[in-house]
Amino acid sequence: MIEALILVFGVALLGATAWCPPRATRALGALLLGLVLGIVLRFALGIPAAIVCGMLASGLGFRFFPLLVLRRVLFLVPALVLLIYATTLLMYRAPGNPFANERATTPQVEAALRAQYGVPKSASAFFQIYMRRLLVEGTLGPSIKVQGRTVEELIGPAFPVSVALGSLALLLSVSFGLGLGILAGLRRNTAIDHLSMTIALVGVSLPNFVLGSVAMIIFSLWFRWLPVAGWGSLRHVLMPAVALALPNAAIIARLARSGMIEVLQQDYIRTARAKGLPESWVVVRHALRGTLMPVVSFLGPAAAATMTGSFVVEVLFAVPGMGQWFVKGAINRDYSVVLGTAIVYFGLVILFNLLVDLAYAWLDPRLRSSGT
Amino acid sequence: MTRSPFQLAMQRLLRNRVAVLGGVLLALVAFACVVVPFLFKLDPNLTQPALRNQPPSARFPFGTDGLGRDLVARVLVGGRTSLLVGLAATAVSVLVGVAYGAIAGFYGGKIDEAMMRLVDFMYGLPYMFLVILIMLMFSETARGDMLPVFLALGLVQWLTMARIVRGQVLALRRQEFVLAAELLGASDARLLIRHVLPNVFGVIMVYATLMVPSVIILESFLSFLGLGVALSWGQLVSDGIAVINPIRSYWWILLWPSSFLGITLISLNFLGDGLRDALDPKGKT
Repeated sequence: MIEALILVFGVALLGATAWCPPRATRALGALLLGLVLGIVLRFALGIPAAIVCGMLASGLGFRFFPLLVLRRVLFLVPALVLLIYATTLLMYRAPGNPFANERATTPQVEAALRAQYGVPKSASAFFQIYMRRLLVEGTLGPSIKVQGRTVEELIGPAFPVSVALGSLALLLSVSFGLGLGILAGLRRNTAIDHLSMTIALVGVSLPNFVLGSVAMIIFSLWFRWLPVAGWGSLRHVLMPAVALALPNAAIIARLARSGMIEVLQQDYIRTARAKGLPESWVVVRHALRGTLMPVVSFLGPAAAATMTGSFVVEVLFAVPGMGQWFVKGAINRDYSVVLGTAIVYFGLVILFNLLVDLAYAWLDPRLRSSGT
Repeated sequence: MTRSPFQLAMQRLLRNRVAVLGGVLLALVAFACVVVPFLFKLDPNLTQPALRNQPPSARFPFGTDGLGRDLVARVLVGGRTSLLVGLAATAVSVLVGVAYGAIAGFYGGKIDEAMMRLVDFMYGLPYMFLVILIMLMFSETARGDMLPVFLALGLVQWLTMARIVRGQVLALRRQEFVLAAELLGASDARLLIRHVLPNVFGVIMVYATLMVPSVIILESFLSFLGLGVALSWGQLVSDGIAVINPIRSYWWILLWPSSFLGITLISLNFLGDGLRDALDPKGKT
């Protein structure tokens, strides 16, 4: 009960950051940025260097970063802590525990195991142990189910795999979606437009594991061009990346099309045309920027969706990525693996959203000037 | 003869051939899933060990699976689950999303900003985490009890609805008829429920229709990962994927559930797009 109250209080506190005045937001955001950077770099660089780096980041952030970004930092860092707390609560509410299905554990053995792995019976106590471990010792802790391995050792090799798959999928979805959408927007109400929008609708409609399994049958079993599953070469990554990219590509295509149609009706496009600029120049130099705006603002959710989809695609194509560890950890109640993968995923999403914010501020000059 | 806006919208919808096609297909699939298993007393779990992996034939139009179960029965009964999950989870998310969005839009200002900041934040989360964790919480409730699925899926899907409703309410709040009602002394609740929300109804309908397919997809993800709670299309597709192998092809085990799932999802999107064009011409994307 008290835990639920803490959770509600935390959410309210997060919402309350909207009331924080701009100057305080700048200061606090920059401070948090430096702190996080310092804590992360502490083990890689040693404490003195990390302090210098953190202070440098704080100063630079305070001086140069757009308010938009600092506001996000101020919101996201506490949000990450809250997420760890919420995840802990949810895991503890789930029936069963990591030690339940071990062969006939006596209470003494279970107590010893709980002490050894730092998994006490209450969620709050676990949260305290976990946060101390994370901040003071700088480790994600030992895996409870995979004997003798730490979570870092498990996620370490999986991280680059997931990042490679995810970024390739995002790249594919942006390039494919933008191409299709811009083409459709320029040739509005023609056969090309209808065809590409139908493709987009089908892409948005089908779950990626259906697309993936069909691709697997066609390209691996019938034509034997690509390996069925696994990881290691570019040929392995192709099908999972496409399956992961298609649903997002479809959404991006629709956004880009409507963006393009809207932009082409703007006055400044008429001006550009009236100046006698060639149409290709008008499109590339003037219309593209406006078309990109809705697409860029979708990239944050798109990154999240790519990761969500990657759970399924990784299982389908037996890709040894982080999604598999999360799913396995959740089913086995391996608390530290679940939290570790969750933190890494959230960290990635946060980082990506920051980049999107910066890109957005760069694309829209109005945000840049009003942001300072 | 003058027509009400609703009649005009329906007229626009019926002129949209693709949307009508979607609606008809959807009605057919729903009818088949809901009524046919009753009519023919189909049992999706009856195993016939002598009749394993039968290809489609007159007796088993869709064939049988590895345990000799009739795929017609399994696909139709599984479809019932998928459609039910889609509708019920959408209902949950519409309730939450409309309430949240309406309050944010109605009061505006800092309240709105704080509420929407949370929505923006949740928008960027890999929501599958939350769904999986919420599903785990209920993992030992009776198999076949689908309430947890409705809740879990509904509680992560309400964000889009909240955003859209908030935008609409924000604009409507400043309209003269709302101000007039306010001057007449109507309470906030009355203003919102009697005057503002009825005008958002069309938009809510559109996005609810578009939400159903995404909920069905999410449920199929869960089933695919082995976290589903009942026989559904997602589970049947993953059964079909499990028997993909280079030596013998059991294509029918994968084909039928995938096609039913695909046709339903595409029809829902067609219908939703058609509704959007008919009811909310400006929201076209």
